[in-house]
Amino acid sequence: MTSAEKYVTAAYCVVFAVVLVYVLLIAMKLGRLDREVTELERRVESDSQDSADG
Amino acid sequence: MTAPGATIGSVFSLRRIPLVALALASVVLVTTALIFVFYVAPNDAFMVNQGFTQIFYFHISIAFTAYACFACGAWKALRHLWKRDPRADLESYVCVHQGIIFGVMVLVTGSIWAKYAWGYWWVWGEDELVLFLVLFLFYCAYFMLRFSVDSGPQRANLSAVYAVFGVVLIPVSFAAIRLAKEVIHPRVFTLQGPNFGGWILVAYLLAQVAMLVLAYTLYRIELAGKRLDLRLRDLREVLA
Repeated sequence: MTSAEKYVTAAYCVVFAVVLVYVLLIAMKLGRLDREVTELERRVESDSQDSADG
Repeated sequence: MTAPGATIGSVFSLRRIPLVALALASVVLVTTALIFVFYVAPNDAFMVNQGFTQIFYFHISIAFTAYACFACGAWKALRHLWKRDPRADLESYVCVHQGIIFGVMVLVTGSIWAKYAWGYWWVWGEDELVLFLVLFLFYCAYFMLRFSVDSGPQRANLSAVYAVFGVVLIPVSFAAIRLAKEVIHPRVFTLQGPNFGGWILVAYLLAQVAMLVLAYTLYRIELAGKRLDLRLRDLREVLA
């Protein structure tokens, strides 16, 4: 591999590494947010059920 | 009783794959594709006169992914118009948005390759390049149309009709290079199949699958974010 090819390889690897780390982090964060919003919806639903019952 | 087709569809539905699993699959596939492109596929065996062969694997696969995103956006738009699927409008919008992102990458990687191989960043006489630019600008205008109308059924219907019409440009753009008599843009796929084989084909297919999975992951991420936003808006209204 020539030094030019090494630079090209490094550039590709850096760009894709940044994109993939972003994708992984945002996927984990969205999963956590989804669980939290589901929990909030469940609480709001049970609160409105309680106030309707009594 | 549930139809067997529906059961199979629900078991193998892509929607059921967790986002983190998709993101990990993207990491594994892109890493494998990079290894094959740079260390396994021969660098000088294909299009020697075009130079800079590594960019070919990503430029072509990103271009097909952009076409796939636009086609998927049109399919979802058709579902909105035909079946009145309540999820289809947002899904169509997100598909077109991903198509634009991949379209920008096609234009950037193509220009870099063109500068290296032909000595120009852009050639206006090339049908393939200009038709892809027309397709790209057509879908850019989709956003101008969508955000010039207030949110509601009218916006969804107008956007859907526009997205469906745009899909006609995909085969035109793809066929342009095959119909043109004199081109300097390389013909990679012909009616007889791809112009390459062996490890080059394996590396290309890996890069293609990696880009499609990455695009699908980004689509799911954007869709999940927008749906969370809608759910939070509903919660705020309930709590207000």
